[in-house]
Amino acid sequence: MERTNSITKKIGSIYFSLLSPNEIRKMSGTKVITADTYDDDGFPITMGLMDPRMGVIEPGLRCKTCGQRVGKDKCPGHFGHIDLAMPVIHVGHIKSIRDCLRSTCRQCGHLLLTDKQKADYVEELKKYEEEGKNKAPLFKQIITESRKSDKCISCGREVGKIELDKPTSLRENGKKLTPSEVREWLEKIRDEELPLLDINIKSARPEWMILTVLPVPPVTTRPSVTLQSGERSEDDLTHKLVDVIRINQRLQENRDAGAPQLIVEDLWELLQYHITTYLDNQTSGIPPARHRSGRPLKTLAQRLKGKEGRFRSNLSGKRVNFSARTVISPDPNLSINEVGVPRKIAEELTVPVRVTVHNITWCKKLITEKYSKKNSPDDYLAGVNYVIKESEGMKRRIKVTEKNAETVSEKLEIGSIIERQLMENDLALFNRQPSLHRMSMMAHRVKIVPNKTFRFNLCVCPPYNADFDGDEMNLHILQGEEAKAEAEILMKVQENILSPRFGGAIIGGIHDIISGTFILTNKKRKVPIADASHILGATGFEGKILKTQIEDGKRYIMGEDIFSTLLPDDLNLEYKSKICLNCDNCTAPKCPHNAYVIIKKGILKQGTIDENSIGAFKGRILDRIIRDHGMDAGREFIDNVTRLGIAVITLFGFTTSIDDEDIPDEARRQIEEGLDKGMKKIRNLVKAYENDELESLPGRSLKETLEMEIMRATGRARDLAGEIAGKHLGLENSAVIMAKSGARGSMLNLSQMSGCVGQQAVRGERIHRGYQNRTLPHFKKGDLGASAKGFVASNYKKGLSPTEYFFHSMGGREGLVDTAVRTSRSGYMQRRLINALEDVKVENDSTVRHAGGQIIQFTYGEDGIDPARSLAGKSIDVNRIVNDIKEGV
Amino acid sequence: MVINKVLFDIMNHDLVPFHQIISEKEKTDLLKKYKIESNQIPKILDTDPVCISIGAKPGQILKIKRKSHTAEESFSYRFVVESSV
Ligand SMILES: [Mg+2]
Ligand SMILES: [Zn+2]
Ligand SMILES: [Zn+2]
Ligand SMILES: [Zn+2]
Repeated sequence: MERTNSITKKIGSIYFSLLSPNEIRKMSGTKVITADTYDDDGFPITMGLMDPRMGVIEPGLRCKTCGQRVGKDKCPGHFGHIDLAMPVIHVGHIKSIRDCLRSTCRQCGHLLLTDKQKADYVEELKKYEEEGKNKAPLFKQIITESRKSDKCISCGREVGKIELDKPTSLRENGKKLTPSEVREWLEKIRDEELPLLDINIKSARPEWMILTVLPVPPVTTRPSVTLQSGERSEDDLTHKLVDVIRINQRLQENRDAGAPQLIVEDLWELLQYHITTYLDNQTSGIPPARHRSGRPLKTLAQRLKGKEGRFRSNLSGKRVNFSARTVISPDPNLSINEVGVPRKIAEELTVPVRVTVHNITWCKKLITEKYSKKNSPDDYLAGVNYVIKESEGMKRRIKVTEKNAETVSEKLEIGSIIERQLMENDLALFNRQPSLHRMSMMAHRVKIVPNKTFRFNLCVCPPYNADFDGDEMNLHILQGEEAKAEAEILMKVQENILSPRFGGAIIGGIHDIISGTFILTNKKRKVPIADASHILGATGFEGKILKTQIEDGKRYIMGEDIFSTLLPDDLNLEYKSKICLNCDNCTAPKCPHNAYVIIKKGILKQGTIDENSIGAFKGRILDRIIRDHGMDAGREFIDNVTRLGIAVITLFGFTTSIDDEDIPDEARRQIEEGLDKGMKKIRNLVKAYENDELESLPGRSLKETLEMEIMRATGRARDLAGEIAGKHLGLENSAVIMAKSGARGSMLNLSQMSGCVGQQAVRGERIHRGYQNRTLPHFKKGDLGASAKGFVASNYKKGLSPTEYFFHSMGGREGLVDTAVRTSRSGYMQRRLINALEDVKVENDSTVRHAGGQIIQFTYGEDGIDPARSLAGKSIDVNRIVNDIKEGV
Repeated sequence: MVINKVLFDIMNHDLVPFHQIISEKEKTDLLKKYKIESNQIPKILDTDPVCISIGAKPGQILKIKRKSHTAEESFSYRFVVESSV
């Protein structure tokens, strides 16, 4: 069973050719003449489709050809054959058949070329062969050249026009050619001339493209399954072969009995149909053969082709052991490098450990410990699932159970391998599909957790594109030391914080973490000492007690000081927060909104910590820590920020609800007024257009001008409504905090909820399709006004009117269709790119080469820069260097 | 072809990088440096306007100096091959 005893062989080359009728008969175990499979007693019928001479499928039974059983000594199965009453065309070769007919003479079989032309082409082919060029265009040229002559040079016969009616009908000058006639013709083609038709004399004859014998695949390739009811269900291939044999038999009987030509021809065509669909059930031009249930049959070509075919599903991709899949859920207390693995899964997944003199006692203990009475069932203790003993090249797997643990442990030998259960800190690869970039598969350290879901730190959601609405992820346990080393160095989450896509962090604080640091730092928050201790405890702070302030006899710690405990001592930064309003005259260092961050020597002097400080993509502190202090420090910072943010937000409380979108009546009145003004403007525009008073924009028609002006007006109306709403939604509002700090949502979302939803569009235009000259029967024909063309003046909170709702759905539908189309198309593009680039790599001398040794680039990227370590794509940060020198670092 | 050259020398165009035929010595050094055969180098047809312009013949290797945003300038090589048409 194991590979130890077998000899490994290397495939030198393979080639594909045609099977001759003789070869088919020679390799056949039996001729198949009966369409039935099993008799009433359940035994296979001799010379039927399940004849045991074609191999056996039930374990224990012996094959009648080789005498071996299926499981143990491996009878591979043997082909059978069906003698066809009349020849039939092989669909797969129809194009080659057509080309052969077109370029040869029906009477004498010679190529329709002069001797000189033939000699020239032979010469040319030889040259192509030597230079390793693609010969396909030359063969095409030979065929077009032969088709040009209208008389055979050798015998003078007029050349007919050969046409192909898909899928398998051929006509000469409009007269149908039967497969027999085609076969006779092909037989006449000379061996010497075959190379010019792209046929290798050693491996094929053109007439073999017309089937006279059909090979029947071994039963092992089309096993029948027994259902629970005891009923036998046959494979699709067997079903198809039954059809072939039935029709073949009828054809034979009718022909032998001298039935009318018409009936014979009909049956012949039917046989052609069955064999064509047997080979490929998706041949265009003929209806696919169906199962009784109406499902199209999966025949030979369908087994190989496409995503679910043999190549892509079983050969390029394989199912693997030592892997697990379950639902994911968040856990802010885990490090970004960790993954929580449920206990049940940890007890199934194993890591192989070779038993040596150094670890044998440990191994023995591991086998028994799990079952000893001493340990409490609540604690997880890794055990051993299998012991693999190797003796005389044979491997034996022993399953460890509670009963045999003691004896197995005692008998454990040096050199054996134990498959121990997962332990904390084992390395595992964690993956979420679709795996679109390398961060879709990263290495995590295992942490055993209760319950049944995989857990991980929320900051790692973006690279996986994961959320927790039922997403599932896969886990793979590394089995070898090399694999572990490689994963540790290249694949750990902390090594992938910087994305090679844009040279910045792709992992950073998100959602509540940002909200948390925001409420801690925004308003010079004084945190009571008890709360502060709680927060600092969460981040694991160790050090001198922080500076306290006393007010009304109570002690407080400033929020900035709490945050500063996470910063390295040498950090100096100044930048604008996300909440910066970009005021017209910025008072930068003294921003009244606390939107200017100043960090000196690792102390946060002022400023609000939000997305621009700790977020992925733009987090300045995060970026600087990673560049100056490395990945370990980066990981630690993200872990601590997570814990700090979550501790703060849980302590102070943070709620968003529908009343976050409430605005005062006064504001609502203002919005309505603004919208009215906008509507009035649009009415005026329409009136101007109708009275021909509108002046067209350069290069636009009047109608286009009107549309553009209206779109602009509706846009302005929406923005205005948003502005008014925004004015009344202050930073004491949780939804606003989330939007402004970059935690989640945007001000646009909020203004659509409490202000106005705005213009709906399909294909970038106002909605115009529907009924004749109007979108809906609710409007007058030819109405060009705002509401008739998809302007939604209501907001989500108030609710939409029926017509508004309808238009909104139209816009929404377009969005859905767009994403659906985009994903499938970009998926296919990516697949092709990956197939083209999969074996390109950077060699040790920094050249980029193909697997074949071809140099693609002489230095990687022509600059030798790792984009992940670059500064947003640039090779050096000049400003940084100048700054550092100035400050004397 | 001659007329083209008279009208405008493409080598002077801003978008055409600097091409130079390298000597036999440089060629052997290059092949030795990368431990390659000349056919492992990216190819350029002898009918390429650049080859015609500087008179490169099949079998020769061109050194190309390109401008680069990140590395100021970068060097590449191309092996001149005979065009099949
Ligand atoms: Mg989801
Ligand atoms: Zn057998
Ligand atoms: Zn002839
Ligand atoms: Zn400001």
